[in-house]
Amino acid sequence: MSYAIAVENVSFSYEDRPVLKDVSLSVEEGDFLGIVGPNGSGKTTLLRIMLGLQPPDSGTVELFGTPASSFKDGARLGYVSQHSTDADATMPVTVREVVRMGRYAHAGIGPLNEADRESIDDALETVGISDLADRRINHLSGGQRQRAYIARALASEADLLALDEPTVGVDADSVEAFYTLLDDLNGQGITILLIEHDIGVLTQHASTMACLDCELYEHCETGQFLESDALEHAFSSARVVSSQQLAAGD
Amino acid sequence: MTDNVDTTVARETDSGRDIRRLLELAGLAVTGTVSLVMIAFIVLFWLQEQSIASGAYEQFMIAGQWLDHYLGTNVFKWAFMWQQLAMGVLIGIVAPLIGTFLVHREMALIGETLAHTAFAGVAIGFAAGTLVGINVPLYFALVVSILGALGVQWLSEHTDTYGDVPVAIMLTGSFAVGTLVISWGRGQRGISIEGFLWGDLSIVTASSARLMAVLSVIVVAVVIYTYKQLVFITFDEQAARVARLNVTAYNTILVVMTAVVVVGSMQVLGVILVAGMLVIPVAAASQIAHGFRETMYLSVLFGQLSIVGGLAMAINYGLPSGGSIIVVAIVFYLATIGLSSDGVRSLSMH
Repeated sequence: MSYAIAVENVSFSYEDRPVLKDVSLSVEEGDFLGIVGPNGSGKTTLLRIMLGLQPPDSGTVELFGTPASSFKDGARLGYVSQHSTDADATMPVTVREVVRMGRYAHAGIGPLNEADRESIDDALETVGISDLADRRINHLSGGQRQRAYIARALASEADLLALDEPTVGVDADSVEAFYTLLDDLNGQGITILLIEHDIGVLTQHASTMACLDCELYEHCETGQFLESDALEHAFSSARVVSSQQLAAGD
Repeated sequence: MTDNVDTTVARETDSGRDIRRLLELAGLAVTGTVSLVMIAFIVLFWLQEQSIASGAYEQFMIAGQWLDHYLGTNVFKWAFMWQQLAMGVLIGIVAPLIGTFLVHREMALIGETLAHTAFAGVAIGFAAGTLVGINVPLYFALVVSILGALGVQWLSEHTDTYGDVPVAIMLTGSFAVGTLVISWGRGQRGISIEGFLWGDLSIVTASSARLMAVLSVIVVAVVIYTYKQLVFITFDEQAARVARLNVTAYNTILVVMTAVVVVGSMQVLGVILVAGMLVIPVAAASQIAHGFRETMYLSVLFGQLSIVGGLAMAINYGLPSGGSIIVVAIVFYLATIGLSSDGVRSLSMH
């Protein structure tokens, strides 16, 4: 089995505040990895390091067998960031224009061709928003917006889809439909990395789970994870307790 | 938010949208044709001494006389008027074109900053003119402004992204240098720089119109060539990085093009007002456009209408061109707020 992502002994700090300490984990191609941990536990940083957006202070990261920093095939990666983007609140851009962006890594500087347009139509169809294609993205509901971002990743024919808390502000019905879509995509062989607060929902869908709070507490299959005490450890770690005390004014 | 919040689009019928699209394309076709005529004039004026172009240039000016005759104006028979109009039309295209990306990247202040940097360049250019006899202040402005653009880009990479403070320091700092150089230059010999501050059609020369024509062709070509990447980065820089777009390179292209547009526009609009043309037509277009491409088209159309209205005001009543154009642009902006069903959309402008 080949690995989509291989992280080895990665550490990272913001100035003198350690965020990740000696984290090692590998994600097999076709995995659906759920990443959980308390607030400020380094989940987003780990995801950014995995995607090559941020170099680690030490350790190595490989994407599909290539060091992340020199990985060039951006078309294989799809990314839906936390709160999507700030621009989507004000920028006049249609759903189709957003999904088209998924083809830009393929098209280079040339114009999009017929095959690109087909991929865009297929992606809109797959996530069920073809009828919204010409609407402004900031006129959509939270759930529809997230579908548009997933469609962008699908249009790029990404093998790896990384999502950072994509269901924040999305209503419960849309969340359920969203997970069904992710299950389908995973069933088609797309590797999924998902950071999510709702551990209950996540464990129903992810095939493997990682739990971290600066250190990696556990990384294993979901069934095994549910029986472990990783969550308890992570959420009662010294870091979490001290930050809760700070928040409570102790 | 619910699924049926899209009130603007839902109310519009398909045929209404088609008519609107046709009107936009027709407007762009007219703009394109007019700008080609203007560039043709600049080239013919430049080559009028050559036998190959002299006949065509004469024909052009005769056509201008006819145009004046039919319109009852006293504009098109004069070569200097054509130069001023050409400058205006080209500004009306390239400023909103670049502005569309700047506004939605929340980099509107960058244009203002680069205009002030260019002012320092003009000042240095004038000083060089008086001292060593090299009298090409706009070229100095171009070089200094591009260096300023690269400086802003460097600052943004090494501090907060396009943070207010480094940009404000650069804006006031370069203007300060400009005032010092002018004050010192005045001691050497009289320098009149007011036209560059407020915008003045009378300081447009054949050579500055020629420079603007070349810069405009370059800017339009670069935007066409890099449109996809610029849109992606404007909308979602992180996802663009994940897709392995060279975000730093495209950002640099954008700020350098901004510098180029600002320098090309500063004679007509003035250093103080040049940013208005980068921002106001885009703000107007963003009120009523459905998508990014349409925003860009409408920005250029609003830019062009502002230029035509503003120049007509300036020429008719002997007013400063910069102020006239910006006031007309603001009238269009207010009108689009009235047309928009969403009310004022909050476009951030830091």
